[in-house]
Amino acid sequence: MYKEVLRSIENIEIYPIISLLIFVLFFLGVFLWAMRMPKEHIDYMKSMPMDDQKLTKNQP
Amino acid sequence: MIWGLVGMLVGVIAATQLFLPEANFGNPYTTYGRIRPLHTNAVIFAFVGNAIFAGIYYSMPRLLKAPMWNKNLSWFHFWGWQLIILAAAITLPLGLTSSKEYAELEWPIDIAIAIVWVAFGANMIGALIKRRERHMYVAIWFYLASFITVAVLHIFNSLALPVSLFKSYSAYAGVQDALVQWWYGHNAVAFFLTTPFLGLMYYFLPKAANRPVYSYKLSIVHFWSLIFIYMWAGPHHLLYTALPEWAQVLGTVFSIMLIAPSWGGMVNGLLTLRGAWDKVRTEPVLKFMVVAVTAYGMVTFEGPMLSLKNVNAIAHYTDWIVAHVHIGGLGWNGFLTFGMLYWMWPRLWKTTLYSTKLANTHFWMGTLGILFYALPMYVAALTQFLMLREFDDMGRLAYGNFLQTVVELVPMYMLRAFGGLLYLSGAIVMVYNMIKTAKQGVFQPTEDDQAPALQKAYNPKGEFWHRAWERKPVFFAVLATIAILIGGVVEIIPTILVKSNVPTISSVKPYTPLELEGRDIYIKNGCVGCHSQMVRPFRFETERYGEYSKAGEFVYDRPFLWGSKRTGPDLHRIGGKYPDSWHYFHMLDPRSMSPGSLMPPYPWMVENEMDYTDLPAKIRTLQKLGVPYPKGFDLEANKNLEIQADKIVKSLEGAGVEVMPNTEIVALIAYLQRMGTDIKATAAN
Repeated sequence: MYKEVLRSIENIEIYPIISLLIFVLFFLGVFLWAMRMPKEHIDYMKSMPMDDQKLTKNQP
Repeated sequence: MIWGLVGMLVGVIAATQLFLPEANFGNPYTTYGRIRPLHTNAVIFAFVGNAIFAGIYYSMPRLLKAPMWNKNLSWFHFWGWQLIILAAAITLPLGLTSSKEYAELEWPIDIAIAIVWVAFGANMIGALIKRRERHMYVAIWFYLASFITVAVLHIFNSLALPVSLFKSYSAYAGVQDALVQWWYGHNAVAFFLTTPFLGLMYYFLPKAANRPVYSYKLSIVHFWSLIFIYMWAGPHHLLYTALPEWAQVLGTVFSIMLIAPSWGGMVNGLLTLRGAWDKVRTEPVLKFMVVAVTAYGMVTFEGPMLSLKNVNAIAHYTDWIVAHVHIGGLGWNGFLTFGMLYWMWPRLWKTTLYSTKLANTHFWMGTLGILFYALPMYVAALTQFLMLREFDDMGRLAYGNFLQTVVELVPMYMLRAFGGLLYLSGAIVMVYNMIKTAKQGVFQPTEDDQAPALQKAYNPKGEFWHRAWERKPVFFAVLATIAILIGGVVEIIPTILVKSNVPTISSVKPYTPLELEGRDIYIKNGCVGCHSQMVRPFRFETERYGEYSKAGEFVYDRPFLWGSKRTGPDLHRIGGKYPDSWHYFHMLDPRSMSPGSLMPPYPWMVENEMDYTDLPAKIRTLQKLGVPYPKGFDLEANKNLEIQADKIVKSLEGAGVEVMPNTEIVALIAYLQRMGTDIKATAAN
């Protein structure tokens, strides 16, 4: 059913390759970005749900 | 902070749980076909929707250290949403439906949903702009992404041309309608049932465990890869079947990849509890959350597995899918909501939970309820699949009649109902517990909190660029939109290309006026809830139903009615299979023709008279959408209809049945007898 419909679209085999490429590049970007984050910032972000009852001074 | 709002919302959540059970009282308004969309809509949009809003309105002001943008807007959002739910609860049993799954509501309600949804989003973004906290916590990212994506999905899928206030025809037809619908359906699950709840998990789980999330870095990767991949992973199993072998392998890899971010999230949730597992033993809130996160893990493993072709062949149309969604719904959404409520409710009334023992009872009732629900469904699915595809030594189907397999499943359906009842009873126990808790405390409308306003000019040097992103919500929202749109576009391009690529079959003609009215009765009564119209190219299906379905046969189907579950047999090749009188008696009492059938009787169809005054308007609407009725056909339509109706009445008379030509049954028979027959004309030529 889908088979016959989709086979009729020209160059459809390029779509999965494009998709995969976009995603892999994107994923690597996000991964490196997250890994390179400074530790103190991570700790600050992490503790956000815990601190909501306190007054917040000294924000970065 | 908007405590008052939260309280009201939660009250509604409790009330909507009462929608959950399904029953049939022997009249058209409460038969299964109409109750099923009511059930799915009530659970998804009333129960889960209100849970999301409550959680967001609770956590967001606390994370941003600022109230929601506008209190009136919050109230507008709240009352608007409840009105929509009310409208759904009235219109769906009346049979006013577009029949597109999880988007059944007719167009005036669709517009209302869009308005209320935008109010919700404006409220969130307004609060973000006025916040007193420089950075956005990961939960807020999930909330934002959910808001944006649901808006996009809702608008595209609901495109339709109205006939009257309560009737419209889809802007898409056949294959294209199906592709758009399942693009919507899959992503509605992703961005209504998954991402908002992940946001809630990232807030309430650390809160309840009283320790920060295990890895914030992981949560960042989780967020971006999930919203990026989700948008295009769902229909991949539809797309890749069309491709050569190497591409299918690639497609499988892609679907499996979705497991990674999902499980990243699950692991992150569970590891947050490291060193706190002793608390899980005593704290019902954590118990609920642990089961919820585990259920999330199970479902997100099962999902990609189901997108494998060979697994899909078994699961599609059977109870497997039912089990799958209920583990997600009851386990992930339900239990996370319960956990959140048990945590939040006593704090709303500044007191302690009335009874921890009752909460534990609820936990066990719920857990057993899920098991009693899901396990029989898996057994039922496999039993039915194996029976359906069995051939005897002569090369004929071992169980030629679909009904033979259904009868086998009845005990499983009973167990399932028991599971559902158990789960519901657990929820009732919770409501009792909540009422008692509220009585012993005092409601806290607001909570005093102070935070200094942010300084305007903040521009540290050498700052890491992502930190700047996290400070700019609008920019961030744009980025998230781009991420989901890339996925959306990659999927939608083939869909648009499909329109010009569906091979036309010359013998396929538009429906006659009577058939069109019959089709609308079919839609109105939700027949699609149990009957598919899609014969798959398997030997055991072509042997049972007839020639497999072709794309070109559906070009005049607005909306498409392929269905997603077969509680009864496929109907695509029903046309001409039985005489008119068979259908007459079968609708009057299905068991008279098929002993043991689970189908509800429709005796009122024999008496209900049709009012065909809207027929010309329907024809004109369809003409506008491009259906090639001859010019001026709208004026001749009623005459054409009468001629065909008289023919059917004559044929029924021959079988000793007297019926008025303008009853519902006549139109329905006309439609059933037409279905899937156009292609036979080609063969005859």
